[in-house]
Amino acid sequence: MIQAIVFLPLFAAILAGFFGRQLGNRGAQMVTTLAVTTGAVLSWIVFFDVALGHNAYKVTLAEWMSSGTLDVYWALRVDTLTAVMLVVVNSVSALVHWYSIGYMSHDPHRPRFMAYLSLFTFAMLMLVTADNLVQMFFGWEGVGLASYLLIGFWFKKPSANAAAVKAFVVNRVGDFGYSLGIFAIFLVFGTVGFDEVFAKAPEIASQTFNFLWFEADVMTTICLLLFVGAMGKSAQLGLHTWLPDAMEGPTPVSALIHAATMVTAGVFMVARCSPLFEQSQTALTVVTVVGASTAFFAATIGLVQNDIKRVIAYSTCSQLGYMFFALGVSAYSAGIFHLFTHAFFKALLFLGAGSVIHAMHDEQDMRNMGGLWKKIPWTFAVMVIGTLAITGVPILSGYYSKDMIIEAAYASHAPAARYAFTMGVIAAFFTAFYSWRLIFLTFFGKTRSDQKTFDAAHESPPVMLIPLLALAVGAVFAGMTFYPYFVGDYRAEFWNGTLTMLGDIDIIEEAHHVPTLIMKLPVIMGGVGLALAVLFYLLIPSLPKTLAGAFKPVYLFHLNKWYWDELYDAIIVKPSLWLGRLFWKGGDGRIIDGLGPDGIAATVLNTARKSRTLQTGYLFHYAFAMLIAVVSIGTFFALGAVTG
Amino acid sequence: MLAEIGVGHYLAVASILFTLGVVGIFLNRKNVIIILMSVELMLLAVNINFVAFSTYLNDLVGQIFAIFILTVAAAEAAIGLAILVIYFRNRGTIAVEDIDMLKG
Amino acid sequence: MGIEALAFYLFAGVTVMSGAMVVLSKNPVHCVLYLILAFFSTGGLFVLMGAEFLAMILVIVYVGAVAVLFLFVVMMLDIDFAELRAGYAQYLPFGIVLGGILALQLALIGFNWQTGPGAADLGATPVPTDKTNTEAIGQVLYTEYFFAFHGAAMVLLVAMIGAVVLTLRERTGVKRQNVSAQNARTAREAVEVVSVETREGI
Repeated sequence: MIQAIVFLPLFAAILAGFFGRQLGNRGAQMVTTLAVTTGAVLSWIVFFDVALGHNAYKVTLAEWMSSGTLDVYWALRVDTLTAVMLVVVNSVSALVHWYSIGYMSHDPHRPRFMAYLSLFTFAMLMLVTADNLVQMFFGWEGVGLASYLLIGFWFKKPSANAAAVKAFVVNRVGDFGYSLGIFAIFLVFGTVGFDEVFAKAPEIASQTFNFLWFEADVMTTICLLLFVGAMGKSAQLGLHTWLPDAMEGPTPVSALIHAATMVTAGVFMVARCSPLFEQSQTALTVVTVVGASTAFFAATIGLVQNDIKRVIAYSTCSQLGYMFFALGVSAYSAGIFHLFTHAFFKALLFLGAGSVIHAMHDEQDMRNMGGLWKKIPWTFAVMVIGTLAITGVPILSGYYSKDMIIEAAYASHAPAARYAFTMGVIAAFFTAFYSWRLIFLTFFGKTRSDQKTFDAAHESPPVMLIPLLALAVGAVFAGMTFYPYFVGDYRAEFWNGTLTMLGDIDIIEEAHHVPTLIMKLPVIMGGVGLALAVLFYLLIPSLPKTLAGAFKPVYLFHLNKWYWDELYDAIIVKPSLWLGRLFWKGGDGRIIDGLGPDGIAATVLNTARKSRTLQTGYLFHYAFAMLIAVVSIGTFFALGAVTG
Repeated sequence: MLAEIGVGHYLAVASILFTLGVVGIFLNRKNVIIILMSVELMLLAVNINFVAFSTYLNDLVGQIFAIFILTVAAAEAAIGLAILVIYFRNRGTIAVEDIDMLKG
Repeated sequence: MGIEALAFYLFAGVTVMSGAMVVLSKNPVHCVLYLILAFFSTGGLFVLMGAEFLAMILVIVYVGAVAVLFLFVVMMLDIDFAELRAGYAQYLPFGIVLGGILALQLALIGFNWQTGPGAADLGATPVPTDKTNTEAIGQVLYTEYFFAFHGAAMVLLVAMIGAVVLTLRERTGVKRQNVSAQNARTAREAVEVVSVETREGI
C-alpha cells in the first residue's frame, strides 16, 4: 500500500509528462488527479493504521548504493510522523490537483503542469518516507526541482524565470548546509540510516573536535548544518527571500508547495532528527531564536504588503517561524500539530486567493479590489473561515495548535524561550491584523477596481469550489478532532516514540498548566488585531495612509521587506557578478584565451604573415636558400670534424 | 709534390669548379640560362670527383656512376631548356625577376 | 716535371679559367663557348686519369648535345642580355662570402682527408688491367648495372618526350595533307551527279 502511495504520483507524472500529447489535456488531468486522489485515500488508511493503530513498519525496496562502509537503501519508513506528513501532503496535493483542473483551464500547457504537480508529490512523499538521510536528500532535491519547474512554469515571463532561479539558488545555500550535515553524520556515525544514527546519538553527544583554533561540539555542528538546510527549505530568516518571489508561479503551486507541504520539509526534518537536536542545547536555542525572529519579522512585513499572494506568503513564513520555535523549545508534537493544521488553512487561504485572482482576471493588488463579497460569496465564506483559523479563533484549528505553541514557549525553561514567547504573542497580534486587513481590503467597502472588471467578476466553477470547501472543513475541524492525539491525552501512544524529548519535564504537560491569562493571551491578541483592522479598514479608511505618511521611514522599511533583497544584492549578488566578470574577462578572456587559443592563433597568423614575405616567388631566392643550406650543413659537419 | 700528380690535385680542380658554379648562380641570378650553365659546371665538378676516386681506389663503379650523372645532367638540360623556350614563348622574357608567380 | 704533370696543369688551368669565364663573361654566347672549352679540357683530365670512355662520352654528350642545345637556345631567343646583367653586383659580396666559405670547407677537407683502412679492398669491381677502359665499363654496365642502365635510358626517353611535348605548338590555320582521309574517300563522296536545267546554270 505504501508503495502505491509513493509511486502512483511518479507513474502519473511520467504518463502526463511524456505522453501528455497522446493523453490530451483531459486525459493528463485525469491520470494525475486520480493517482494522487487514490494516494490521498490510501494515506488516510495508512494514517489510521499506523498512527492510531500503532502499527509502524518499514519497507526496504532496493539497494541504492554500496561503497566501502556506505550502504544506502531505498526504504520506506512508515511511522506516525510519516503518516501525518503523508496525510497532509496527499490530501492537500489531491485537492490542489482538482482545483488546478479549474484554475488552469485556460492554460495551453496543462499536461506539463499536472506532470510537474505529480512529480512534486512523488518527491515530497520520498522525502517524508525516507529511512535515511541520503534518501531524504533525494526527496529534498526532488521537491526543489519541482518547485523550480513550477515557479518558472510561465517561462515566458522574465520575472517568473528570475524567481525560479532565485528559489533554486537560495535553496542551494541551504542544501549545501544540509549535505555538509549528511557528510558530517556519515563521518561521525559511519552510517546514514536513521535508526542507527539515533541509537548512537547519546555516545556522540559529548564529543568535540578542533576547528582552526576553537573547540567545537560535534553534535551542535551537525545539527546546525542540518538546520541551515531546514532554513533554506522552510524560508527562515536570512534564507527567506525566495519565498515571496516564488509567488510568481501559478496559485495552486503556491498553495501546495509554498504553503502546505514543501516549505514544511524543514520542520519535518528537524522533527525527524529530534534525537540529534535534543543532544545539543545550543542548536535548539539557535532554532528557537531563528524561528521566533522569523515569526515576528515576516509578520511585520505582511502588515504592509499590497499583493494578496505576498501577504499570504509572508504569513506562511511567519507561521513556519512558529513551528520552528516550537521545535526549539522541544515541543515537537506542537510544531508538527501546527504544521498539520496550518497546511489546511493556509492552502485554503491560498486557493481562496487564487479564486479571487481568477475572478478578478489576474489582478493581485489588493488596492484594486474591494466589495467583492457579493460577487463571490463562496470564496468569501471560505476565506473568512481560513482567516478565523489562522488568527486562532476558538474551536477552529489554528486556535489549538498556535495556542499550544505559545503556551509551550511560556512553559519552557530553555534559554530563548521567553524571547520566543514574546515574539510569538506579538506575531499573533500582527497575524490577526494583516489577515483581517486582507479580508477587508478584498471583500469589503466600495470596489476600487474599474467597473468592467468588477462587473465581470464571477464565482469559480465547482471543480475549484469543492476543494475549497473540503479544505474549509479541514480548517475548522482538524484542530479539534486531532488535538487529543497530537498534543492531548493520547499523545504518548500516538507518537509512539517517533519524537524524542530528553529531560525530566514533559513540555506539553507543562504547557497545559500555564496561567489562564497566558492561555487566553493569543485569543486576546487576535481580538485586538481584528479590532484594529476593523478600525483601520472599515471605519476610518484614511487612517492607514495618514499613519504611513507620519511614520514614513518605518513604513518604507517594512514595505521593502526590511531591505533584505537589497542587502543581498549589495553584499552577495553584486560582488559575485563582479568576481564572475573579473574571471570571465580577465582570467578566461585575457589570460587563458589570450595566452592559449587566441594567442597561439594570433602568433601563427603573425608568423605566417611575416614568413609569407619570404616567399618572393623569385627563382634565385630559392636557389640561394638551397645553397645557403648546403653551406650551413657543410659548416656544421666541418666544425664537428674540427672540434670533435 | 707539385710534380707528383695525385688524387688531391683532381679534387682541388673539382672544388674550384664547384665553387665557381655556386658563385655563378649568385652573380647571374637574373639569367636563367647562365644559372643552368652554372649547375652544369657543378655537375661536372662532381663527375671529376667520381672519376678521380675511381682511379684512386681502383674501382670501376665510380666511372659507371659518372655515366649516370651525365645522363641525368643531359635530361635535366633538355627539360630545363624546353621549359625556358615555352616560357619565353608565353611571356616574351626569361628575366628571373618576372618569374614570381609562386609569390604568396 | 714529367709530361703527365705538364698535361694535368695545362688541362686543369684551362678548365678553371674557362669555368671562371662561364660565370663572368658578359655575352651568353661566350659563356656557352667557354663551357664547351671547360668540357673539352675536363675530357683531357679524364684521359689523364685513365677514363677514356668517359672522356669521349663527355665530349659527345656534353659538347655535342647539351652545350649545343644551350647555344641554340641562347641564339634563338631574342633576349636583351644587357638588361639581364643589370644589378650584376648586387649579390656579389654575398656570393663571394658564401663561395669563400664553401671553398674553405672544401680546402679543409682536401687537406685533411685520408683513406679508410681497407678501403682499397672494398672495391666492388676492380679496374681490370688486361682490357681497355671501354670494354671494362661495357662488361660491368651491361651485366651488374643492367637495370640501372635501362633506368637511365628511360630517363632520357622521358626527357626527350617531355621536351617535345613542352615545345610542340599546334598551329591553326595551316593546311596539311591528311593521308588517311584521302585514302578513305570514295567515289560517292567525291562526285555528285546533278541534272541541270538548260540555260539555267547551277
